[in-house]
Amino acid sequence: MPTWDMVTMRLNETHRMFTPRAAPLSDFGGVLRRLHIDGPLLVALLLVCGFGLFILYSAVGENNRLLVNQAIRLGVAFIAMLIVAQLPPDFLRRWTPWGYIAGLVLLVLVLTIGEVSQGARRWLDFGVRFQPSEALKLGVPMMAAWFLHDRQIPPNLGQLAIIAVMIGVPTVLIARQPDLGTSLLIAASGVIVIVLAGMSFRLMLGLGIAAIPGALVLWNFMQDYQKQRVLTLLNPDSDPLGAGYNIIQSKIAIGSGGMFGKGWTNGSQAQLEFLPERDTDFIFAVLGEEFGLLGVLTLLVLYMFIIGRGLFIAVEARDTFSRLLAGSISLTFMVYVFVNTAMVTGLVPVVGVPLPLVSFGGTSMVTLMAGFGILMSIHSHRKLLPH
Amino acid sequence: MSTLLSPIKDVHSERRMFLSRVVLAAVVSILLLGLVIARLVQLQVVDHELFAEKSQGNRVRIEPVPPIRGLVFDRKDRVLAENLPAYQLELIPEQVVDIDDTLKRLASINLIQFEDIPRIKDLSRSGPRFKPVTLKFRLTEKEIASFAIQRPRFPGVDFQPRLVRHYPDGEFVSHAVGYVGALSTDDLQRLDPALYAGTSHTGKTGVESSFESDLHGDTGYRHLITNARGRQVPSDTSELLDSLPFDETPMPGANVYLSIDLDLQRIATQALDGRRGALVAIDPQNGEILALVSAPAFDPNLFAVGMSTSQYRELSENPDRPLFNRAVRGTYPPGSTIKPVLALAALETGATNLTRKTVCHGYFQLPNIEHRYRDWKPEGHGPVDLHDAIAQSCDVYFYEISTEIGITSMHDYLTRFGLGSETGIDISGERPGLVPSVEWKRNNFRGDDRRWYDGETVTASIGQSYMLATPLQLASAAAALATRGKRFRPHMVAAVEDALTGERRLVQPERLPDVEISNDFYWQNVLDAMHDVMQGPRGTARAVGFGAPYEMAGKSGTAQVVSIAQDEKYDDAELEERQRDHALFIAFAPLDEPRIAVALIVENGESGSGVAAPIARAVMDAYLGYGDDAP
Repeated sequence: MPTWDMVTMRLNETHRMFTPRAAPLSDFGGVLRRLHIDGPLLVALLLVCGFGLFILYSAVGENNRLLVNQAIRLGVAFIAMLIVAQLPPDFLRRWTPWGYIAGLVLLVLVLTIGEVSQGARRWLDFGVRFQPSEALKLGVPMMAAWFLHDRQIPPNLGQLAIIAVMIGVPTVLIARQPDLGTSLLIAASGVIVIVLAGMSFRLMLGLGIAAIPGALVLWNFMQDYQKQRVLTLLNPDSDPLGAGYNIIQSKIAIGSGGMFGKGWTNGSQAQLEFLPERDTDFIFAVLGEEFGLLGVLTLLVLYMFIIGRGLFIAVEARDTFSRLLAGSISLTFMVYVFVNTAMVTGLVPVVGVPLPLVSFGGTSMVTLMAGFGILMSIHSHRKLLPH
Repeated sequence: MSTLLSPIKDVHSERRMFLSRVVLAAVVSILLLGLVIARLVQLQVVDHELFAEKSQGNRVRIEPVPPIRGLVFDRKDRVLAENLPAYQLELIPEQVVDIDDTLKRLASINLIQFEDIPRIKDLSRSGPRFKPVTLKFRLTEKEIASFAIQRPRFPGVDFQPRLVRHYPDGEFVSHAVGYVGALSTDDLQRLDPALYAGTSHTGKTGVESSFESDLHGDTGYRHLITNARGRQVPSDTSELLDSLPFDETPMPGANVYLSIDLDLQRIATQALDGRRGALVAIDPQNGEILALVSAPAFDPNLFAVGMSTSQYRELSENPDRPLFNRAVRGTYPPGSTIKPVLALAALETGATNLTRKTVCHGYFQLPNIEHRYRDWKPEGHGPVDLHDAIAQSCDVYFYEISTEIGITSMHDYLTRFGLGSETGIDISGERPGLVPSVEWKRNNFRGDDRRWYDGETVTASIGQSYMLATPLQLASAAAALATRGKRFRPHMVAAVEDALTGERRLVQPERLPDVEISNDFYWQNVLDAMHDVMQGPRGTARAVGFGAPYEMAGKSGTAQVVSIAQDEKYDDAELEERQRDHALFIAFAPLDEPRIAVALIVENGESGSGVAAPIARAVMDAYLGYGDDAP
């Protein structure tokens, strides 16, 4: 009777037997390690981006110029990821406060000398046009993780208050641009760090209850169009040609896709322009219409794999900064995916959050991929410590 | 090893805590994304049918395809109403570079008017940018030719064909055939919106209106793929068309064959020679209308194409009232034309007999009353019997027997001949006219006037005293005289033909109750007298009947004017003209086997036998094949 140990042993032997023959593959693995690239994450990202380009081609009306445009952006973002992956976590940690402060200065500059476009002041133009708020998407969780790195966690109330200020200042500055969607996502990325750092559930509950009056204050601070979005979610049919139009048309697109979809470039909702913003915020509806439930599940599974891999990297990380940062990056990515898909399916109000890695537009793509670069850096630079 | 760690940190408990938080976060993530997946299942599996239907409704627009309107023919299969392609000038806003400049240049070559520019600009802004705006209906050939040369200079402007109702001989048949006009808001409330979804015009008067349901046809439907802005997507580029429901072809309207004869219409119109009046000719054997003319007429094409406000005002405010259908709506005192009917009434009721003679001195007085009722012939007719009284139209004879017949019997017989009520002709707008009675007077007057006076009976005997009849009623009565009491409901439509199968549904003549006269000799005598009116030695219209190759009968009438809508702006000479007596005439021929009965009025024509009778003769000649331009 072979015991379990024997089976394991034999398997190990088998493994050893086959390893030499798989030499080119193991060489490739070596190359990846030297480049500080995480193979599974890279494959999943490439799959999502490839699938995304495929959907985008249909969503932009089979326009090759826009497709090439997006492909170039993806390329730039991948290069950014590769560069960031080369920077060791310790290096990143040391530079975090300076980067954070620089980010705040830029945000203040945006509010004073920023370019106004579409009623909002979000851009800075120093030869290159860019949105400083993008940098803070990584800057805020890095700052929170930096602060907690040397301290015993879970943090005490005083430390929490300091982190709250670190999160709050950029959040308010960005909200003033106004860019409520981005500011909320940045706040979320910071809060995720605190939660991962072990903030007690009782405290979270208390803050949550305390947040209710805060929400009311926020409601008063919201612009009319933002209030309208919330009200529309509650009853989209109240204004079918106005604010509710996007949600109604996007639900029709997804619902009419059924199990297998209407086929690539054959979605009538998307192709006949009933679906608004089909190549940006609502591209998930194009996927749902043309590839059906099968298509959206495929994409969601890929997303889940990326999130799962990110969390695995966080768990494997060797220091507090890396752990908290990796966890926050992964979970913020999850929040992006959830907010966009929930918005397009009519579960949450319409906030301008693109579907990560798929929606047309490059601004957030670089930040996103830089984040994955950090994950790869954390994973590939970890020092092997005995348990 | 410990140097790598911060001295105050408990690495292991931190790792454990962090792991538990990550597991928790993973669970939350799965729950959140699971929620999205549940939602997707709800939308794409549970409610799929609903959303598939909604998406179909989004992209498929049902466009109505209007049917082609049925044609109208006369009794010899000549077209009276048809549909002709006409070119209209259109502008497509999204293709025009500079609309101000384009419109200005179009106005400078007289294709549009300068004052229309603001209106056209409003129109072009109101609709979708791809929807054409009509600049001008019905271009002339010259305009088409001159624009064709200039077309490259006007991007976005082009001419397009469409079908327009056309009446080739419109002015001769306008009151019989009627006309179509653009659908009004009133029409839209009256008509079935589904049936008229694509239709622009509907029948407004005449046969066009009364046979609208036959002529119109059934609207078809076409399914178009449209994008969110309603623009049609070219069907050949798209697999989206696959699951479309089938289109429905429009069913063309039925063709309508009228009993009227275009030749008679033309002859009657020409014979009326620009005067105000009306003529109705009927086949006495079946009630078919052979001619129905009201003069002056108008060009019905103006309504079909659409006219300017000033053009319409010119028509509607014309003192001669060309839009008024005198043949069925004009009510006139019938005058002496009713004498044959009253003669029958007198014989039948015993008020007179065939031998009774009266000496006519030119006037009549009721017992104990000073008032003299004058004959039209001041010196009198001398001794006359009933025959002479009809042939010479002696008023005194009828004055004398009038009180013996009595208004009640007069009313009775006139009513039997169809006077005083609508004939039921198959076009609308007919007036009933009026045959007075004791009861009518009691119900419609106050105080002493409610009584019926003998003097009123006297004047009623020559077709005055409140009495009113339409030319159509008089023609119908003449037809009943011609057939010795056999009556048919007058009708204009002889057959309705399915435009696709060619199957004809003939309209059966509708027999009305006969006028029963106990002694056929009475008929004989009265019709002989009517024959003598036209062809006897002393007949009032003997000059008209002279030399005719067939035998005919008739009766003249002259009626004092009861004004129909007098306007105040006439000058004196015209006012005087319009107060002259109306000239009336009824006739039928041939005498023994009557094939045509005619009634006509010439407003202010003064002499029934002199002015009206020749017109009746011309129409009968033409119909019976003796006219100058008889076919």
